[in-house]
Amino acid sequence: MTAVVDTPRLTAPQPRGGVVQSVGDSLVVAKRNLIRMMRIPEMIIFGLIQPIMFVVLFSYVFGGSVSIGGSLDPKGYREFLMAGIFAQTVTFATAGAGAGIADDMHKGLIDRFRSLPMARGAVLTGRTLADLVQTALTVVVLAIVGLLVGWRVHHGIPKALGAFALLLLLGYAFSWIGALIGLSVRTPEAATSGGLIWLFPVTFVSNAFVATSGMTPWLRHVAEWNPFSATVQACRDLFGNPGVVPSNAWPMQHPVIASLIWSLVIIVVFRTLAVRKYRSATA
Amino acid sequence: MPGAIYAEGLVKTFGDVKALDGVDLDVPEGTVLGLLGPNGAGKTTTVRVLTTLLQPDSGRATVAGIDVLKHPNEVRRAIGLSGQFAAVDEYLTGRENLQMVGQLYQMKAKEAKARAGELLDKFNLADAADRPAKTYSGGMRRRLDLAAALVVSPPVMFMDEPTTGLDPRNRQQLWEVIQELVAGGTTLLLTTQYLEEADHLAHDICVVDHGRVIERGTADQLKARTGGERVEVVVHQHEEIEPARAVLAGFGKGEVAVAEHTRKLTVPVTGGAKLLAEVIRELDNRGVEIDDIGLRRPTLDDVFISLTGHVAEQKEEEEAEKEEAK
Repeated sequence: MTAVVDTPRLTAPQPRGGVVQSVGDSLVVAKRNLIRMMRIPEMIIFGLIQPIMFVVLFSYVFGGSVSIGGSLDPKGYREFLMAGIFAQTVTFATAGAGAGIADDMHKGLIDRFRSLPMARGAVLTGRTLADLVQTALTVVVLAIVGLLVGWRVHHGIPKALGAFALLLLLGYAFSWIGALIGLSVRTPEAATSGGLIWLFPVTFVSNAFVATSGMTPWLRHVAEWNPFSATVQACRDLFGNPGVVPSNAWPMQHPVIASLIWSLVIIVVFRTLAVRKYRSATA
Repeated sequence: MPGAIYAEGLVKTFGDVKALDGVDLDVPEGTVLGLLGPNGAGKTTTVRVLTTLLQPDSGRATVAGIDVLKHPNEVRRAIGLSGQFAAVDEYLTGRENLQMVGQLYQMKAKEAKARAGELLDKFNLADAADRPAKTYSGGMRRRLDLAAALVVSPPVMFMDEPTTGLDPRNRQQLWEVIQELVAGGTTLLLTTQYLEEADHLAHDICVVDHGRVIERGTADQLKARTGGERVEVVVHQHEEIEPARAVLAGFGKGEVAVAEHTRKLTVPVTGGAKLLAEVIRELDNRGVEIDDIGLRRPTLDDVFISLTGHVAEQKEEEEAEKEEAK
């Protein structure tokens, strides 16, 4: 090994700063995370098995027992169910983001990144962007499974695409919650379980799997204002699926706008908290 | 003018623990400072403050003349950090790792790619360049980590326990790389628990304990400060201990220590090899038969133990634990 090092000099280019650098750095980190995902295909496969299992279990176990719009037709329940499963699946991206970032902390990679002259939020933005790609892939597979069990889109492709866009935005917003969890826990294992546990009440105390009209008033109130319910309601509306329950709650009356607002608020709040946490992160 | 790395009164408290309790450092440009101390002494915390990863509670620091607290991003352009754990992405190949780091140092994608290839060649990683780092041996990973710290040839380098956990052959290899680095003019701050390593690589050594620098100087100065050299004699027979003690007492600058069952006598001396020759002649005159004789200079281990008393403490603890286990 000869001449390993050139004469030391300040060769690092002057950072461009601003949005240009932020976007550039985020894309570099996103690329890194996508390469990782492709080299660990198990992660993607496990990520697909769970929602598919939920579709099959719910359709055949609950279908026929749950009344949707006064009908016990299992086909109706399957149509009702898909929006809920889609929304639940995209929120589970939280656990992936959390575990990934906790793992980077644990291995000392976050230290490496923090010692580089890169944009502050780029490590986290890159991670959440890569998760968004994975979420999109999962949603595509899930749509195919949905079509196989009898789910259909009734209001045309453009509206359906609008629904998918709302779903991806919700998933992206939740991955920022995951990022904050990942930075706050000590081990990747804790991030995985800590990223999942609270999602169960959030996704079940909602309109995802049963109609809110059957809930006790206070629970119904919580469910209807649940950010998650707004997206589910918006998807049913846009897909033309049954189960859009009339309600006095504003988010249920304007689900598309409510879904957008909720997701954007979550992104702004949790991105701010996560980036602040990142700046003082300690392995 | 302050050196390439300069710190004054760094204090950092975690809860009740004072990790740093007023650390002062001054490393002239182009030299190596070895930060030597046991686990938990504050070495890593010092490095984390100087590399902008951690805000101190008080104190100030400059690296390459740039204020660490006021302009952290400028400091980051000027430094390379090689950590205690090899901080590379194990699912990325060596090439992908280096290219990513280059781009995050704000190099253009093409430049970063070219630089990655160059470093892989120079660090003997070319054959493994397109394999995920997961498949690398410990030594290869450490070389990759070091290469990542050198992507922009930074004027100031920080290496936190660079050889911890490496086998002797890999450690030797890494030492050669570090020596070359320094020969090129890089200023280096190196932390280590290995006294041999500090002795071998560092111009100056700071002994750190409980968040404070308790001693500083060159390896030779430190050794000299902790008492000088000693003559060690092992006599052939037990009866010869007494006459040998009498001889050594005549030459020594202190008390003669005797280990009865190993028949070993030790005495502090001054005068070096010349004195040793005289001791041998005198022992011979008195008919004392010797199995072994030598002049021992204190090692950095001796320095360390005499300064911190740590090794002894740890041993006591271990023995106490063993006692309890019984």
